[in-house]
Amino acid sequence: MLLNIPQIIIEASELVAAFLFLFGLKRMSSPVTASSGITVAGIGMLVAVLAAFLYIPEVSSSAQPHLAVNIALALIALGLGAGIAWWSGKKVAMTAMPEMVALYNGMGGGAAGAIAAVELFGHGDRGVIPLIVTVLGALIGAVSLSGSLIAWAKLSGIIKKTLRITGQQAFNALVMLITIVLGGYIVTVAHGGDALPQLSLHAAIALFFCFALFFGVLMTLPIGGADMPVVISIYNAFTGLAVGLEGYVLQNPALMVAGMVVGAAGLLLTLLMAKAMNRSVSNVLFSNFGATGDQKEGDIKGSLKPVEASDAGIAMRYASTVIIVPGYGLAVAQAQQKLFEFVKLLQAAGVQVRFAIHPVAGRMPGHMDVLLAEAGVPYDLIFQLEDINEDFASTDVALVIGANDVVNPAARTDKSSPIYGMPILNVDMAHQVYVVKRGEGKGYAGIVNTLFYADNCEMVYGDAQAVLVKMIEAVRSLAGAKH
Amino acid sequence: MLAAFTGWVIIGRVPAILHTPLMSGSNFVHGIVVVGGLFALLNASTITEQIIGFLAVLLGAGNAAGGYAVTERMLRMFKASGNKDTSSK
Repeated sequence: MLLNIPQIIIEASELVAAFLFLFGLKRMSSPVTASSGITVAGIGMLVAVLAAFLYIPEVSSSAQPHLAVNIALALIALGLGAGIAWWSGKKVAMTAMPEMVALYNGMGGGAAGAIAAVELFGHGDRGVIPLIVTVLGALIGAVSLSGSLIAWAKLSGIIKKTLRITGQQAFNALVMLITIVLGGYIVTVAHGGDALPQLSLHAAIALFFCFALFFGVLMTLPIGGADMPVVISIYNAFTGLAVGLEGYVLQNPALMVAGMVVGAAGLLLTLLMAKAMNRSVSNVLFSNFGATGDQKEGDIKGSLKPVEASDAGIAMRYASTVIIVPGYGLAVAQAQQKLFEFVKLLQAAGVQVRFAIHPVAGRMPGHMDVLLAEAGVPYDLIFQLEDINEDFASTDVALVIGANDVVNPAARTDKSSPIYGMPILNVDMAHQVYVVKRGEGKGYAGIVNTLFYADNCEMVYGDAQAVLVKMIEAVRSLAGAKH
Repeated sequence: MLAAFTGWVIIGRVPAILHTPLMSGSNFVHGIVVVGGLFALLNASTITEQIIGFLAVLLGAGNAAGGYAVTERMLRMFKASGNKDTSSK
């Protein structure tokens, strides 16, 4: 066949899809164009999926008799997978977003792994390099699948305990080693080498996947809840990489480009996140956090000063500038709407109100921004750490709600503190600080927060939602008394 | 390589405020794996291949559709203070 029309159409539409993905992602880099970006990328996806069906007349002769069944299966799988995921994606609460992303991500990894499995089972020798790439993609995809599932289970609270066994790292390395040896064995046998009588090629492939999945579980289990965002980001990059590798094997440009872009983007995002948490990526993956929390209690000067919510609310009403630092505690209390209501009251009274978001506020980077956006807070009131940190010194009131470690001045001053060096929001420099907190507990890192004992800091104890209701009432009654 | 570099450049400029949608957006983009799954399934000639291929398409479709749904939902919530749209709560 000299001129293969369907083939040309398929390849052209895949290139178009790849281009639309890049264009879509680029548009997502600004809040103004972001929502059109996802639409563009969505169109790209539709084009690529439809083009894949043009491939039907081209299937190999051995698959010809199964074609009708295969098409039916493909349609069922598409409808079922897309339907369920679409429904759950529309329904999920914004606070549960991280685990949802982890779940979808695991599905992608699983799909990449499954493609590799089909390639390995179905086709014989394709040369050493494609074989190695297939096996590598299978390994990464499988690890990403089981790892993401564990991450999902941990984030949604199904698994609460952080499992650590002694000699874990050696054990993990052993499992990894076995997996790699099996992978090497598969490549050798599939490339025409003799299989050992005890281990057929198919058994080796099955074993290989079992070990790869097992490794993903082992790798994720010991990682604590606070580090999960970084882990999800890594698996996101992993899945991208696996997809890219399988794209290379299938010689599919859309898969290759999309996979590699996500792989690189995910890696960069992971590094950004790790930097914001003051941890290296290897530190997150291979070490246990929180073991060095011994701080001398005697170092802390001052005392905790509780204050009534209504008094704090009125004080903010008469301030001229207020910066609000929300943390995950706010989202747990589902108090974003109330907070915005309070902010609108303050604004109506002529107070300049801004939000300061730490890069790791919430449970994944930018998570807090999404939660605030859900409550209707305009994004131009929201400022990132580096843009607003210098303004704290000239701010009347800083209101900290449900955040702890990210405002702990110990990160700046106390070299022995485990969070020393982590970029923090300098709320302690504001003239007055109010901290809304449920109790006197410690944050994720398990460290005493010296901010709470500072002279300019007062504590408002209580559930964020209840506290905000009191603040709103106080400011309202004030306005009512005046008129 | 070029694609990897492009990805790096694109993400490097995204403000932190959009990191969550971006993560789920890129998560959606690798849902393209569903196309690879389709190729594998259409070419399947044994029961094993059919089962695994079916799984690949199922998971890939879930990745793509779910990723799109959550990303779109998140991005639609971002609004400037200029236009007060009350349709979303």
